Amino acid sequence: MKTLRTYSIGFGISLLLTLGAFGLLQEHLNNQHTFPPHSAMVPILVALALAQLLVQLIFFLHLGDEDKPRWNLTLFAFALIIVAILVGGTLWIMHTLAHSQMQEQPDVRVEENIFPQPPDE
Amino acid sequence: MPNDKVTFGFWVYLMSDCVLFAGLFATYAVLQGATFGAPSVQDFVSLPFVLVETLLLLTSSFMAGLALLAARHHKKVLALGALALTLLLGLTFLGMELHEFGRLIAEGSGPSTSASLSAFFVLVGTHGLHVALGSLWMLVIMLHVALRGLSEGTLRKLACFGLFWHFLDIIWIFIFTFVYLFGALAL
Repeated sequence: MKTLRTYSIGFGISLLLTLGAFGLLQEHLNNQHTFPPHSAMVPILVALALAQLLVQLIFFLHLGDEDKPRWNLTLFAFALIIVAILVGGTLWIMHTLAHSQMQEQPDVRVEENIFPQPPDE
Repeated sequence: MPNDKVTFGFWVYLMSDCVLFAGLFATYAVLQGATFGAPSVQDFVSLPFVLVETLLLLTSSFMAGLALLAARHHKKVLALGALALTLLLGLTFLGMELHEFGRLIAEGSGPSTSASLSAFFVLVGTHGLHVALGSLWMLVIMLHVALRGLSEGTLRKLACFGLFWHFLDIIWIFIFTFVYLFGALAL
């Protein structure tokens, strides 16, 4: 199914998704982060990016078009798992680390009396 | 030739490249807040500039698909024309990216300024390096097509190149979203 029509559809949808993400963010910034609501922006932008990933995989890379032992698709699924472990794991670990280091650090200079107060008179 | 071994081998390379970029994305996500008082993406991002870059690369990716299509139908001149357009769009994208890098370094926000900027330059720069090498590869394939015509070998090279170029566009979609759009959102 590698026809001019497939490529054109993929290009059209990708264009819409890109302009949509850009337009929504611009609207959000113009409305001083109130509309669309700030909390909704991250899920919206991620969803639009993932939708475009899917569209380009199907219409440009023709994933899933191959004959029965679908090795390309299998390998893609494996890469996806590795990417999820790598990115998800990194964010998880680093976030937990930052969280456990949140308590106030004692000021070493005061504790060790490195910069003593000037002597009185 | 859907089950071609060469194309499959190239697909294996693409998936490992995907893991490389995943590492860089994770690094950027962790370090983007470590600005050390220097400007970060949210201070210098110009959304219209990045949108133009994105549209250039998207159109370039589409043109690469058309070039492969024309080549499969043995329309040599059409294929060469589409490839030339792909190359032109890719080089314009690269020029814009180098312009942005040059401006940042001139303003004293080079990769050595902060961990945030190091991660930014490495992630975006690695993608740019891929585009630059892809452009060189495209030039070689264009020479092959022009000199040897559309043999089975050239068609296979063109198919692999098409996969590579579409893959780079997908990586850019994520840079566009997670670096620039999220940066403008000031996360």
